[in-house]
Amino acid sequence: MRRVYPNKDVCIGCHICEVACLTAHSASNDVVIAAKEEVATGLQPCKAVYDKGQLSVALSCRHCDNPSCVSACISGALYKDQETGRTCYNEEQCVGCWSCLMACPYGAVRRNVTKGKIIKCDLCEGREMPACVQACPNNALVYESR
Amino acid sequence: MLFKPISQNFSDFVIDRENDRCINCEVCVRQCSYEAHYWDDARQCVSHDHTKCVGCHRCEAFCPTGCLTIKKNPADFRDNALWTPTYMKHVYKQGDTGGILLSGMGSPADKPIYWDNLQLDASQVTNPSIDPLREPMELTTYLGSKPDKVSFEETSDGPKLTTKIGPQLKLNYPLMFSAMSFGSINLNLHKAMAMAATELGIAYNTGEGGLHPDLYKYGNNTIVQVASGRFGVHKDYLNAGSAVEIKIGQGAKPGIGGHLPGEKIDEEVSKTRMCPVGSDAISPAPHHDIYSIEDLLQLIYAIKESTEYKVPVSVKIAAVHNAPAIASGIVRAGADIVVIDGFRGGTGAAPTMIRDNVGIPMELALAAVDNRLRDEGIRNHASLVVAGGIRCSADAIKAIALGADAIYIGTAALVSVGCTLCGRCYTGKCPWGIATNEARLKKRQNPEVAAKRLANLVRAWGHEIQEMLGGMGLNSIESLRGNRDKLRGLGLNETELDILGVKHAGR
Repeated sequence: MRRVYPNKDVCIGCHICEVACLTAHSASNDVVIAAKEEVATGLQPCKAVYDKGQLSVALSCRHCDNPSCVSACISGALYKDQETGRTCYNEEQCVGCWSCLMACPYGAVRRNVTKGKIIKCDLCEGREMPACVQACPNNALVYESR
Repeated sequence: MLFKPISQNFSDFVIDRENDRCINCEVCVRQCSYEAHYWDDARQCVSHDHTKCVGCHRCEAFCPTGCLTIKKNPADFRDNALWTPTYMKHVYKQGDTGGILLSGMGSPADKPIYWDNLQLDASQVTNPSIDPLREPMELTTYLGSKPDKVSFEETSDGPKLTTKIGPQLKLNYPLMFSAMSFGSINLNLHKAMAMAATELGIAYNTGEGGLHPDLYKYGNNTIVQVASGRFGVHKDYLNAGSAVEIKIGQGAKPGIGGHLPGEKIDEEVSKTRMCPVGSDAISPAPHHDIYSIEDLLQLIYAIKESTEYKVPVSVKIAAVHNAPAIASGIVRAGADIVVIDGFRGGTGAAPTMIRDNVGIPMELALAAVDNRLRDEGIRNHASLVVAGGIRCSADAIKAIALGADAIYIGTAALVSVGCTLCGRCYTGKCPWGIATNEARLKKRQNPEVAAKRLANLVRAWGHEIQEMLGGMGLNSIESLRGNRDKLRGLGLNETELDILGVKHAGR
């Protein structure tokens, strides 16, 4: 299956992927409204850029073949879609126990403090190309099968 | 602004932030290497300081909401035809520092651009134009010395050339990437130029900073340069390329050497240049072993000996008043290629006064050199390459019609990968990741992306050159070389037309 792979050698730490992710998951689909209004009601990007010294890298759910988060999930909110291979998340079922946060070896699951639930990459359901990949100005994110 | 020399408050640019659209994402803060954008703790929002803006437009290009516009500072000094703000700011700066004014990129001064006064011809009725999409259109160019005459012998397989032809540099397009040293620009871009040149079948020039070990594999498309500092020059280096270039002068700073500040010399640059980390790399103004054409001859032949006469040797000079006589000497000294770099040529750093006031337009120098070499009957002994301020394929094709064999593109190549000619290359903080070796900044040039853009540029120009050639009824770039009848001058005086060797439009 195709996944989003970051390339730290050319990631410039601009954080534009976060803005793109936020916009793609907003109700308004507008970058300004998403950031200025929807964030206040709990909208959050599914991915985060980590910077340290000269390195930066954008991390999001890697949709592992054997996801630890799914094993750890106590409510069945996280599950593996056998057909697409994606690690899926049903927000309604999430109880905010943060077990998956502890289990994920990549730190790719994040807390949504406003909603008391988790947030994670859904590979932009319904989009041809994940928003972060499309927005990355330096090809530091690629969407491909490996 | 508080806590600043008063003169710095006359900023060149103002940052216009549309607050309704700013989402405080700090993309601008991270992109600006001059810290013109910052997180304002007191106000809890992104803010900016106009005085630090160099006008590179990186923030504008990256702002995800498009809320930023960089404008020229509208603050006007009292009109004065003599004392323009540029000169006043120079004086303020020197009052502050007591130093030589530095500039990056080619001269922005308002001086004649002859390309704009030259028009190309096209076929109508009597000689049919050619459609390059339907018929072959040859752009292949060979740089190197051509024999005075050729002889053949008949063999059972047909005629066979018996004349021994000297080494040639084959180019699929009459375009090459100019000498920009590793150090002045970073390894990512050198890699990109090497990859693009290889893909296109052209050549790039290492500049005077040596050749990084990772790039030896691109040797067939590399011109290795030997300049006055002899940085990175050794036997393997000389033999790594498909041509060797002796750099005598540079169009942006004729008569001046080079100075790569210590800040730009990291571990990799130091290894490649063979000079200590962090110490300034200074190329002297002259080659200390060249004080005459005879001395130049010795260096040319020393290089030919060490490369076993397998690659052409090129000599690059800046376009100066006596360029034709100097070029004649260079050809007679044994150079296979002569490069003329005009006064608009780019640079990573040059004293502003030199950049804007020394040297002559490449168009005039090119025409004069081509004439001189023809008059002396030695034009075929060397190829003529020009550099310095070629902006588009039309400039390039006009240069060929004036007598050039090939064109070096430097500034155009950098613009294709993002350069906005802000002219602050000498700070080493290029926000576009070009003229910088800072680890975080140089990553902004992804070699794969940059190589693709460079290759696209050359291909696009190639297509346009083919179209223009076809329009003139020519099917080979060779038919246009020095064919000044295909040019007409517009609004040029008698002297200019005479030097360029073209008739005025209407004649």
